Amino acid sequence: MSQIRDAHGRDDQPEVDNAVTARNVSKTYGDVEALKDLSLDFPRGQLTSLLGPSGCGKTTLLKIIGGLLAPTSGEVEVNGQTVTGPGPDRAFVFQDFALLPWANVIRNVAFGLELRGVARSEREEIAQKYIHNVGLGGFENSYPHELSGGMRQRVGLARALSVDAQVLLMDEPFSAVDEQTRRKFQEDLLSLVQHESKTFIFVTHSIEEAVYVSDQIAILLPRPSRVSEVIKPTGFRNKGTDNIRRDPEYLDIVDRIWASLRSYVE
Amino acid sequence: MPGRSLLLKLLSAVIVFGAWEIAGRIPVSYAFPTFLESMWALVKLTLDGTIFTAYAETLKPLVVGIVISAVLGIGLGLWIGLSSKFDWLFSPIFVVMQSAPLAALIPLLVMAYGIGLTSKVFVVCIMAMPVIVLNTSGAVRNTPSTIKEMGRAFLGSERDIILKIIIPAASPIIFAGLRLGISAGFIGAILAELKITPTGVGDIITYSRSIADYPSMYAAIFSIILLAVLFLNLLERVELLLFKGHNRGYVSD
Repeated sequence: MSQIRDAHGRDDQPEVDNAVTARNVSKTYGDVEALKDLSLDFPRGQLTSLLGPSGCGKTTLLKIIGGLLAPTSGEVEVNGQTVTGPGPDRAFVFQDFALLPWANVIRNVAFGLELRGVARSEREEIAQKYIHNVGLGGFENSYPHELSGGMRQRVGLARALSVDAQVLLMDEPFSAVDEQTRRKFQEDLLSLVQHESKTFIFVTHSIEEAVYVSDQIAILLPRPSRVSEVIKPTGFRNKGTDNIRRDPEYLDIVDRIWASLRSYVE
Repeated sequence: MPGRSLLLKLLSAVIVFGAWEIAGRIPVSYAFPTFLESMWALVKLTLDGTIFTAYAETLKPLVVGIVISAVLGIGLGLWIGLSSKFDWLFSPIFVVMQSAPLAALIPLLVMAYGIGLTSKVFVVCIMAMPVIVLNTSGAVRNTPSTIKEMGRAFLGSERDIILKIIIPAASPIIFAGLRLGISAGFIGAILAELKITPTGVGDIITYSRSIADYPSMYAAIFSIILLAVLFLNLLERVELLLFKGHNRGYVSD
């Protein structure tokens, strides 16, 4: 059973608590309209995917939420506060990891805290905890070039978790790691969403990945980008990570999304 | 394998010096002494202390010029790399400086600043600074944009991003520029002593050539090369010490 609604004619349910709200966001680069009048809510404690063909502005939207880009018009609110720049309530996980090659794992993980002026012993203690949580215990003193792609992204994830932001922004975090590692990551992400009371915003171009991990999928269509529909899978979330990919609802949603995206893929 | 690399270094030295010895023995020119003659002359110059008084003189413009070039060069390079306005203002000066025929400029320097230390320091700086500035600014401008973005996303201030991200990321190329600049500075120091007033090592070279004591002349040249090589090695050690995890390229490669 899936609950599908139109993004624009949405029936507002007052009981839904939104951590992040985008209102009429537009972004133009010169003559190019990357985003046009885009509105979207991100419920607290859930994982929302932004899914769409390449060039549909999903990364642009994520960077606007992160405060790294300013919208041309419209606004983004995080916990009711209008976003004017990066803030302590949001943390970023990057597609290409964005690790410091000259710093070892523990310094990379603690770097977000270092930039916030947390004392060394304190920040290393926190970093240590998250290094263990992401399964990198024992690699504290390794340098990024000594790690595999998947391990590097675990460092990126630990860095984002260690600053303890309520909203985690993930920009195609698993696209640069191999297929098997990606599956493991997706399973880990599900348990992360369940155990950390954080709001996740997840950009991906993989339909299966989006349906697998998301509580809510926003499909963005390009030129100019707008939300074409919001899909909320509900039926298979509690059936266990192994059964999701066999669930009829999962397969239906994957098919439906592909049907609507097909015509936009060159 | 440090043992093997040392062995290769020794081997390459043996080949070069062997070729020199053979060329000197043929001889390719009467003005070209053998390696052993030159080394013997170097020993004599060292024993009678000539070489030390000569270097006391030569090192003055060299050290002053290199320190100025390094500090000012890296500073200006950072500034140029960080601000596109400064890029427009200053980059052309250093590109011109780097390609200018220095020997032709020396008479102008002498007219403006006389034949003393100032002119010689200028020559060292003109040789050393452009490559340091251009390397530094290029490296700063080419810092991978995602790690700068990461710095901003994790609330780094402008200052944090420059000190903790841009400078460490640029440091391998800054050091490469320093090495090139400093070896150019050595050339500048000797050029100044040959072209402006014969003092120090330049004096040994000029004087030995005038009395046809070619082994001493080549001994002086050899000593300056040796000093340059030792200094550059020292710089490399310093770099390795400062940036331990660094000589590995970028993570996203």
